[in-house]
Amino acid sequence: MSIEIQGINKFFDKFQALHDINLTIPDGQLTALLGPSGSGKTTLLRIIAGLETPEEGRIRFSGRDVTDLHVRDRRVGFVFQHYALFRHMTVAENVAFGLNVLPRKERPGKPEIRKRVKDLLEMVQLEHLADRYPAQLSGGQKQRIALARAMAMRPEILLLDEPFGALDAKVRKDLRRWLRSLHDELHFTSVFVTHDQEEALELSDQVVVMSNGRIEQVDTPLELYGRPDSRFVFEFLGQVNVLSGRIGDGVMRQGDAWIRLPEGCENDDAQLYLRPHEVRLTQAASDQAHLPFRIEAINLIGAEVRIELKPDGWECEELWEVGISHTEFNARQPQRGDRCFAVPDVGHLFCEHAAEPKTLEWR
Amino acid sequence: MAARKHRRVGDSPLVRRTLIGLAVVLTVLLLFMPLVLIFVQAFAEGWAGYVSNILNEYTLHAIGLTLVVALLTVPLNMVFGVFLAWLVTRFRFPGRKLLTTLIDIPFAVSPVVAGLLFLLLYGSNGWVGQWLGEYDIQLMFSWPGIVMVTVFVTCPFVARELIPLMQQQGREEEEAGVVLGASGWQLFRRVTLPNIRWALLYGVILTNARAVGEFGAVSVVSGNIRGETNTLPLQVELLYQDYNTVGAFAASSLLAGIALITLVVKAIVEWRQSRN
Amino acid sequence: MATTDVMERPAKRLSAPATKRVLPGFGLSLGISLFFISLVLLLPISGLFIRAAGMGWEQFWFVITDPRVVASYKVTALAALAASLFNCVFGLLMAWVLVRYEFPGKRLLDAIMDLPFALPTAVAGITLATLFAENGWYGQYLADLGIEVAFTPLGIVVAMAFTSVPFVVRTVQPVLEEMAPEDEEAAMSLGASDMTVFRKILFPTLWPAVVTGGALSFARSLGEYGAVIFIAGNSPYISEVISLMIFVRLEEYDFPAASAIAAVVMTVSLLLLLAINVWQGRYLKRLHGG
Repeated sequence: MSIEIQGINKFFDKFQALHDINLTIPDGQLTALLGPSGSGKTTLLRIIAGLETPEEGRIRFSGRDVTDLHVRDRRVGFVFQHYALFRHMTVAENVAFGLNVLPRKERPGKPEIRKRVKDLLEMVQLEHLADRYPAQLSGGQKQRIALARAMAMRPEILLLDEPFGALDAKVRKDLRRWLRSLHDELHFTSVFVTHDQEEALELSDQVVVMSNGRIEQVDTPLELYGRPDSRFVFEFLGQVNVLSGRIGDGVMRQGDAWIRLPEGCENDDAQLYLRPHEVRLTQAASDQAHLPFRIEAINLIGAEVRIELKPDGWECEELWEVGISHTEFNARQPQRGDRCFAVPDVGHLFCEHAAEPKTLEWR
Repeated sequence: MAARKHRRVGDSPLVRRTLIGLAVVLTVLLLFMPLVLIFVQAFAEGWAGYVSNILNEYTLHAIGLTLVVALLTVPLNMVFGVFLAWLVTRFRFPGRKLLTTLIDIPFAVSPVVAGLLFLLLYGSNGWVGQWLGEYDIQLMFSWPGIVMVTVFVTCPFVARELIPLMQQQGREEEEAGVVLGASGWQLFRRVTLPNIRWALLYGVILTNARAVGEFGAVSVVSGNIRGETNTLPLQVELLYQDYNTVGAFAASSLLAGIALITLVVKAIVEWRQSRN
Repeated sequence: MATTDVMERPAKRLSAPATKRVLPGFGLSLGISLFFISLVLLLPISGLFIRAAGMGWEQFWFVITDPRVVASYKVTALAALAASLFNCVFGLLMAWVLVRYEFPGKRLLDAIMDLPFALPTAVAGITLATLFAENGWYGQYLADLGIEVAFTPLGIVVAMAFTSVPFVVRTVQPVLEEMAPEDEEAAMSLGASDMTVFRKILFPTLWPAVVTGGALSFARSLGEYGAVIFIAGNSPYISEVISLMIFVRLEEYDFPAASAIAAVVMTVSLLLLLAINVWQGRYLKRLHGG
């Protein structure tokens, strides 16, 4: 079942939480709503579910307009950020809840309900906890029960609000993997909200980046990372190294730093955005780029070595970060205070007077 | 139970023992002894005396009237309290804060004033009273008046027990229930009620204790007619003023017993809630 | 950026319709609550003020400034003040002991704090009167010391103190329970004595709660009737409380006078209630982080 969101505007008193949101969520795909706190992603999710009402706009499920339909009748599954398990019911009773409150005509018999609950608990691998109470479960277990409870109604649309936010890193990784495999097996349409870009990029088929109640970009994870549309997306999706300067005659300059730009770029004020892995460190400048630095700090973080660089003879707002492998580190033995140069392989140019960024390559 | 013992103000044994000792002594003098006195005086004429005092015709009638008042007042206030708590904790709307303040009014009002309010309105000279008088209906100085006044005085209790609890529990569980398809009544019965049942129980028991024990307001509207419009507290006053001290305390012992049950229920409720 | 071709203007709503509330029962609970509150609370209260207003200002003033009535204001207010001050101290002590210390019988002590709340006022009244009468369990010892409680204003104070014990205790207890031990430890590790820590760290947090409880106690005591009339002696000008004054006027069938005095009492009570609510909203919320 696909979801079409058309022209949604949402106000909380005077504050506008969502500005003219238009979005299509394709059938059977796992979509992430990614953004910082206050971006409106949870509000949008709740509007899809029917837990909030927009001031303007329409929601359609596979063409059927559900905007005026009460949440109870929309038949979506919703998993809350803090699980919202019924504290006075056992795990089994929690999972069976949706089935037990069906109108008499639609309600399956008790044996049927019991069987479905058992199957669902097996699916989330928690049958042995059927008679426990939510207070006796760990966070990861609670989350799986919340999911089983939502799945009991066999929804075609599953909505998850920061499902892994409150969990430990390891539990989070396991549950992510598990959710993805569940999704691949059962093919429902899912939308989940997260502020963790790693999670969004790893799990989803499509990522919707939001900021301040607006959609910044909608793309596959690969496209999003490789070709960000805006500075916000760029900065949100990880560490970014920025060179601000003026372009003149195909060369961008600022202070002692200059870099030759490959294609004909208009003279303009601009910023060049570079990811840590899109830049190499060298002892001397190349003929394409002269970006001098002094090494500010060296951090050994797990699988790679991250070097923090302070610009030498020019300025930038935040220190640059470049990653090198342990092998390279052992070979070159860089020290704090050493002078070095950065040479980019790929960069993203944001011109002041251009609508879209340009992806540049130096080889 | 803290795993680590904190050093806190007043931990030194001297201070501790002095304060505890003082607290215990004052509590015994101020609260325990009166309780003891009630039962000692009630049984001053032995068991036989006690029973005969209770079974006195007027006292029995007072007990009956009191029970009727409680049976009418408590369910009414329970229903009102639940609806008000649901309204105020599950929805946002202009005037919500005002409603929660309004419900505290009977707390602030002197019981005699409460009785007067109803006398003015429903007495034979009041607006409603005059109109009812044309149909030969007299509410004041008979049991309906007593019920109305008792409802006024005890209406906050259930709501005041439920509102902080339901506020604290939040609406997430109910939202989850609605998403799963529950109707209003299913939501209340399966999700909300189990979460509030102990607080509700205590609210009901407390309402009952206060309904049964209301004195000032009922004094004003009852007319004090022995054997007809005397509730148990009024009967206590009557017996006391007739210098039948033992009889007065015998009747009081029943009311004290209800008070004690109320305290026990409260202790149980708190124990239950701390377990969660 | 994925956009759909908008073929029609999206429907515009000026505000979310009330029927779209997610949780059920708004209409029903609003209706019942408003109906009940209007019928049981608002109607009778407005009836009083209308009746009092209908008296005409001169007569109103004459009634409420009658010397006997004025004497009862003083007696009631002073006794309520004394009782509330006692309860502030007693309540703080009890809350402290119940929250901070463990000892056998603590549960019992905690439970019995609510006795004045659950016990009918008339029963409290005759019990206190009997206890403090000259030949009563307490009265006899006090008489040896030359202290008369029964049938004096002191008796009124005792009765008011008894009935409003729970207010301070139960208001201060939660505040004490929420206090973090780390604050005290930090202060003590910096060398502060117990008394200093109490004064500078604990008391600033405690006193709004104590004041709230005291104010509640005061408001309750102003209107107390059943517990007071048996022990007070009720001599005009000396030991008559306001609620008794109203009752006396009623027994004389002097409805206008009773209404006038009641209107004054009601106004004071409502103002106090408002003040307490505002105070609680500001101070106790600040402690709990809003």
